Amino acid sequence: MGAQTDVLHMPHDQIERIQLEGIKKTVVDCYENVPFYKKSFDEAGFNPYAVETIDDLKKAPFVTKQDLRDNYPYGMLARPLSEVKEIHMSSGTTGIATVGAYTEHDLKFWGECFARGIRYAGGGPNDILHVCYGYGLFTGGLGAHYGGLAAGCTVIPMSSGSTERQLRVMRDMGSTIIACTPSYAMHLADVAIEKGINPAQDFKLRAGIMGAEPFSDSFRAELERKLGIKALDIYGLTELMGPGVAIECLEQDGLHIAEDHFYCEVIDPVTGENLPDGEWGELVITTLDREASPVVRYRTRDITRILPDTCACGVTHRRIDRLHGRTDDMLVLRGVNVFPSQVEDVMEAFPEVSSWYQIELTTKNSLDDVALKVEINPDFDFDNIGAIEKLQSDIQKRLKEQLLIKINVRIVEPKSIPRSEGKAKRVIDLRKGIYND
Amino acid sequence: MIKQITVFLENTEGRLAALTHTLRRANVNMYALTIAETSDYGLVRIICDDPDAALEALRAEDFRATQTNVSAIEVPNRPGGLAELLDTLASLNMNIEYGYCFSSKGDKAVDVFKISGHAHTAEATFKLEEAGFKPLRQEDLA
Repeated sequence: MGAQTDVLHMPHDQIERIQLEGIKKTVVDCYENVPFYKKSFDEAGFNPYAVETIDDLKKAPFVTKQDLRDNYPYGMLARPLSEVKEIHMSSGTTGIATVGAYTEHDLKFWGECFARGIRYAGGGPNDILHVCYGYGLFTGGLGAHYGGLAAGCTVIPMSSGSTERQLRVMRDMGSTIIACTPSYAMHLADVAIEKGINPAQDFKLRAGIMGAEPFSDSFRAELERKLGIKALDIYGLTELMGPGVAIECLEQDGLHIAEDHFYCEVIDPVTGENLPDGEWGELVITTLDREASPVVRYRTRDITRILPDTCACGVTHRRIDRLHGRTDDMLVLRGVNVFPSQVEDVMEAFPEVSSWYQIELTTKNSLDDVALKVEINPDFDFDNIGAIEKLQSDIQKRLKEQLLIKINVRIVEPKSIPRSEGKAKRVIDLRKGIYND
Repeated sequence: MIKQITVFLENTEGRLAALTHTLRRANVNMYALTIAETSDYGLVRIICDDPDAALEALRAEDFRATQTNVSAIEVPNRPGGLAELLDTLASLNMNIEYGYCFSSKGDKAVDVFKISGHAHTAEATFKLEEAGFKPLRQEDLA
């Protein structure tokens, strides 16, 4: 605990020294042990032995998810398999999976990174960590598990699914911290409330460490109220490690990067140029002490910004803002760039509708047709069609003002938008032509 | 003044059937059911013997349902019966949002109206009674 506290509160110039050493070591390690990096560094004219400042890293070429896929399964490994203790893979829903390999050292610092989230929440050995992320190739389950062990918690490895059993165990065992996706946490809360349980009173939960998908502030507020918890956002990706790359503290004002293990940059996704702190762009990450799967300048496709000022909590590691979508989730609708999070922002202004929504894209008369399905809340008085039509047109008008495109709002029945146990499916793309057959 | 149940239903197969099954299980007997439809959804309006039980049963099964006060007026079952009632409403400056006729037994018919604005239902009932019509109460329906 003492050593961890020191790492989290050390002066930033000290962190930067750790970062420079990590960068130097990683670029050389990659160059010497991973043929892909040798080729790409040579082609870009990047000399890994000439790195003298952190800024020198910016001369190195980027690595993309496609590069990792092209080197499936073991092409990106910098250590022999005899040193590899565990392997995880991304879900691979859009093609070949990407592989992350871990040595004993890699697994240890992964657990320590996740454990920071538990500590930010005030947690430790007296806590019971209820993990309902899926266990398996997905990094959520085991990442939280190792984090719980590193923080000294009692870990309950529930994995995902079986909602009623989750609730029973949560109540019987007195779980105090929950780790899962925010949409699954909401599902748990709603099922509990339906069964006449008031999770905020009947459960001992006080914190949640929630990630793997973005969630809006209003969604979080509802979740916190229903479960009686503080919900902390956690960021991570299989390509870099898994959950724990950055985690919110109780200030809930940005996620502290584990800066002693990861170096973060923000770039313009179109030009690839570095952007100054505070500006929104694509997050690019370099690992500093990853042994089996080191990564240099990985383009995450996640949109965020680096928050320049220091955090009131006292942790000196810099923060990224909560994610604002992904560059590849960005929808190009009738030529306009739209992030699903922008739609969410608009919906927050309408208490008449719930936070569940789905965007459905189709082709009508060879043009993109965008429909937004929203569920009305129980207390909305809809006795006449005029009231529903007014709500529809008000939301539509606001969307048009904010996003500059026409979105057809469809009010649907409660619970008709599927509640997922993993990531919520917010966008259904049924368009023909360049996007689908 | 009687209580009407309004249910929001998507235009998909089987939703209206599911609604009627829910009411059957709750032992609710319907006197009238009308549907106002749009291309995506419909509003189903129901007059029944136990509107409180109906609302509770529907909500328990995740139907989006509300209860609204409407005016139910008994009029003579003959040509011009409705016209006289509507003339009276017009002369009282009362606008009708929607309405339907739900029974016509023997020499009486019952017409249901939603008068614009929430406060107006009670006022309409009172004024129609003054004008010689017979507004029905929930008990009169049983």
